[in-house]
Amino acid sequence: MAEKVFANLTNSGPVSVYVKDGKIVRVRPLVVEPDDYKPWVIEAGGKKYSPPKKPTLSPYIHAERRRIYSDERIKYPMKRVDFDPDGERNPQNRGKSRYERISWDEAASIVAKEIKRVRETYGGSAISGITSSHHNWGIVGYKMGPFLRFMNMLEYTPVLDNPDSWEGWHWGASHTYGFFWRLGMPEPYDCLGDALQNAEQIVYWSNDPDSTRGTYSGQESSLWRQWLKEKGVKMVFIDPFHNYTNAVMGGKWIAPRLGTDTAIAMAIAYVWIEEDTYNKEYVANRTIGFDKFKPYVMGETDGVPKTPEWAEEESGVSARTIRTLAREWAAKRTILSGGSRGGEGGACRTAYGTEWARMMVLLQAMQGLGGPGRSIWGTTMGAPNDTSTWFPGYGEPDGRMSMSKAANWLPQNPTKQRLWRLTVPESILDGHTEWYGEGFCGKSLEQQFTHFEYPMEGHSEIKMWYRYGGSFIGTMSDTNNWVRMYQSPKLEFVVNQDIWWQSETRFADIILPACTNFERDDIGEWAAIGGYTVHASSGCNYRYIVREQKCIEPLWESKSDYEIFALVAEKMGRRDEFTDGGKTELDWAKAFFDISDLPKYISWEELNEKGYHIVNIRDDYKPTPSMRWFYESRDCDTPDTGNPKRLTEKKAELGTFSGLIEFESVSLKQYFPDDDERPVVPRYIPSWEGHHTTELFEKYPLALMSPHPRMSFHCHYDKHTDWLNDIPVHRIKKDGFAWWPARINPVDACVRGINNNDIVRLYNDRGSVLCIAVVTDRVRPGVIHSYASAAHYDPLQPGDPTSIDRGGCVSILTPARMMSKNVPGMTPNSCLIEIEKWEA
Amino acid sequence: MTRLGLLIDVTKCSGCHNCFLACRDEYYDNDYSPYSAPQPLDGQFWMQVKEVERGSYPKVKLDYIPTPCVHCDDAPCIAIAADNAVYKREDGFVIIDPVKAKGQKDIVNSCPYRVIFWNKELDIPQKCTMCAHRLDQGDREPRCVEACPTGALTFGDLDDPNSTISQYMAEKKIEDFHPEFGTKPTVKYVGVPKRLVAGEVVRADKRGECAEGAKITLEGDGVKLETASDSYGDFEFEGVDKNKTYKLTVSLAGYATLSCDISTHTDVNLGEIVLERA
Repeated sequence: MAEKVFANLTNSGPVSVYVKDGKIVRVRPLVVEPDDYKPWVIEAGGKKYSPPKKPTLSPYIHAERRRIYSDERIKYPMKRVDFDPDGERNPQNRGKSRYERISWDEAASIVAKEIKRVRETYGGSAISGITSSHHNWGIVGYKMGPFLRFMNMLEYTPVLDNPDSWEGWHWGASHTYGFFWRLGMPEPYDCLGDALQNAEQIVYWSNDPDSTRGTYSGQESSLWRQWLKEKGVKMVFIDPFHNYTNAVMGGKWIAPRLGTDTAIAMAIAYVWIEEDTYNKEYVANRTIGFDKFKPYVMGETDGVPKTPEWAEEESGVSARTIRTLAREWAAKRTILSGGSRGGEGGACRTAYGTEWARMMVLLQAMQGLGGPGRSIWGTTMGAPNDTSTWFPGYGEPDGRMSMSKAANWLPQNPTKQRLWRLTVPESILDGHTEWYGEGFCGKSLEQQFTHFEYPMEGHSEIKMWYRYGGSFIGTMSDTNNWVRMYQSPKLEFVVNQDIWWQSETRFADIILPACTNFERDDIGEWAAIGGYTVHASSGCNYRYIVREQKCIEPLWESKSDYEIFALVAEKMGRRDEFTDGGKTELDWAKAFFDISDLPKYISWEELNEKGYHIVNIRDDYKPTPSMRWFYESRDCDTPDTGNPKRLTEKKAELGTFSGLIEFESVSLKQYFPDDDERPVVPRYIPSWEGHHTTELFEKYPLALMSPHPRMSFHCHYDKHTDWLNDIPVHRIKKDGFAWWPARINPVDACVRGINNNDIVRLYNDRGSVLCIAVVTDRVRPGVIHSYASAAHYDPLQPGDPTSIDRGGCVSILTPARMMSKNVPGMTPNSCLIEIEKWEA
Repeated sequence: MTRLGLLIDVTKCSGCHNCFLACRDEYYDNDYSPYSAPQPLDGQFWMQVKEVERGSYPKVKLDYIPTPCVHCDDAPCIAIAADNAVYKREDGFVIIDPVKAKGQKDIVNSCPYRVIFWNKELDIPQKCTMCAHRLDQGDREPRCVEACPTGALTFGDLDDPNSTISQYMAEKKIEDFHPEFGTKPTVKYVGVPKRLVAGEVVRADKRGECAEGAKITLEGDGVKLETASDSYGDFEFEGVDKNKTYKLTVSLAGYATLSCDISTHTDVNLGEIVLERA
């Protein structure tokens, strides 16, 4: 039988899927007719830069076939053997007990019956649940669609997500330059062109774009950085780890002690003030509060001048290196590459990480942020991009079947109670939590100051937990607490619905097998999430809108998430409501197509047949570089549709209260004037878990950094894609097991008798994790580098929250403590540990 | 038929492993007879990416060397194979016939590059075919090249002086991965890592300022290399020959000149070199 080719889409790019005899035999980068592409051209330095006519995917996508057919797939509906919904539930055995296969009918009936019981007994607010992100792609099936539509029908208690990958930017930087509608990241428009035409230097601060890849945009930007390198743009990397971008770009590596980046930033400001090399005109006209900031830097307020010598004491980076960095930054047109989908490196995910992110904005403001070659740019977005053709992303209401105008009927959820993702275990176990901040605070700065209390008056504690995708043991903080939570009798019923066995799957009472987006119909655009990262497809060289074609039937007994919720809704007598009157997934794909701009350019029939549509830039494309308008005191000319001032009389202002860049934050002054942990004017505050916490530091003298992974995505592709275990950057095979690497400097390894490829135990008071030692000079002495996001949670004593894990979930070790008293951000990179050779 | 070639620029390779994974996806469990039998699940690396770390903290380099079959003109695997089980196509690709090669384990061991793998189940040697089956169908390039995001892999017509690969080869210094094997590979390389000699110049009386512009020379074995410390006081010599002895000299006006003998049996990071006032 001949091969048939289907178009589909992943979290990292579009693919062509080859199917033979009902089986996927090959997954290639999407094969596109060359004439469909109209490459953009950027002229710079007498050369023309233009992208190749192909999509460049992240590595793991090439192994997608193995993930689809993985032995780790959940194949059938399952029930925990000692769970009896009409008798003993044995919650204490979650994580320990076996499962038995049951029918879909039985599984859906139990779930529907439990929903009914819990709602009738406690009300809808007793039901909560949460999803993981990006294990599949496509707006019909994405979590904001079916999951949210179903849960809103139950009137559940939503869990507010923390902006986990870029915390400090969200809670800190937004109070210096606004961009709350981008959750603290700056607009990315035309940063590539600006860099090619104007940049002389790029300072990558806690940023490894070759590994984090603009989150969803595959490896499109790696060629951009090659161009910049070939042009002779000087590259500087500030990171305790000699990261992979540094490896391929070369340049200067500056390795600070973990959590001391803000001290270096202060010293840079000190050099600029002392040597009078900052942009005084910009500071005078485009910022406020410099007169409050300068005395702190110069030591007039606290008697401590923030000199390079002072910063050397803190950071371990020599004063002369800091001095040269400051001078070159002032003398050369320098792009600061820290934010804008580049925050995942770690400095923004530490104790008081708000202060570092604020300083990133303020340093660049001292050199004229928005001027030519003076952007804040992660290097992964900002290619020429047609923003005039609208297609919904999952991040905007119209891209969700739960909220979109593409639906005839939308469920409304009246429940006001909320949980905070990071403190869900604490909420369940202690029965009480409080915090400030409305999750993704993209509507206003004020949202960051909203106070929440759980349980909310008139609402129930959580009794039923619906987990959809489940991998937090490898990504959240102090994650043994999730094990404790799952074993709490307060959770009367736990469902887990997922495609693969994840770290949390084995804690459920009922397990429901979902299928991948290769086994159902969908539609979506590459990298375009919309909402709070609008125009993210500028991380790709072209816009790709893909009619994600069902390639094969759902494997084993799996069903699409949509079908699963429809089935449970049917048992509740509400199938028609959920399916909006009987819509199939293909009907939804068509409905989203119909409300978009696409019908102007391609018919539904042609898109269905061809599988994709490329949106090229328009012939009259005019670049509008990020923040240039602000630099030049003009009205905003970028297409940043989230900017609420853009179409008003305040269109020349930033999103801060003052409309200017704020050294002294007006919003913080108004709401938390006496907060000494996120002060009105930023300060360097030593970590509450670091080299100054003497007693702890003596016991656990190594600092663990756990950035986002290079060869997998969140917890996806690890564990479920066996070929990745043949890539030593990802996992290393030893004695028949694929171990998660922990990188250690030879100096630290030597004194502990640790050799390369030894199995080692990483531990502190919170837990123990086994890894494989990679002894390398690429990590600063005193620092252990091990990626977050291991999907393999493999406790030596299953179900014991104090057990050693051998799967590499180093998040077990990281603190649950929040960034500061009024900032509920996570802090995985403020983590002290010890490490020893594991002999058992 | 034209000769087709692959050029691997190590300086552009980021180690993303797209080439390795795309290759596996193409060949695992897929039969492309008569060019190749299905690749087994484990243990074969037709496009292997070797990691090379050099230097010491904080002067460190990381390189990746993609290593497929290098399709030699003087291929030891062709020489050792019985029954013409390994042959060279007119386009230059070295192909192992999966039928004729059955049982011929010597073919695996004949390869000094170690890029031929033994399939126990099928009892055959296997390796990279340069995606001959795809090119025969009209594809422009092998899967590894298609998947490469950085331009580290270039594929094309070696006989056409205007092809991208020919122009690239004319511009760059081309080398064999292992010239000492003497097998005349058609897969060529740019920037195969050699020894690194690096250090940081510091002035004893001005420790708070970097020492830019010091002159550093590396002399010995008939070569003399010269560089200057950069704005951070750092210097490096890249691509130095292995296993040689050199004299390294650091001089800066107003300071006493320092020199020492170094050997490149390994990479050399001299750390801080502190100059005293003359």
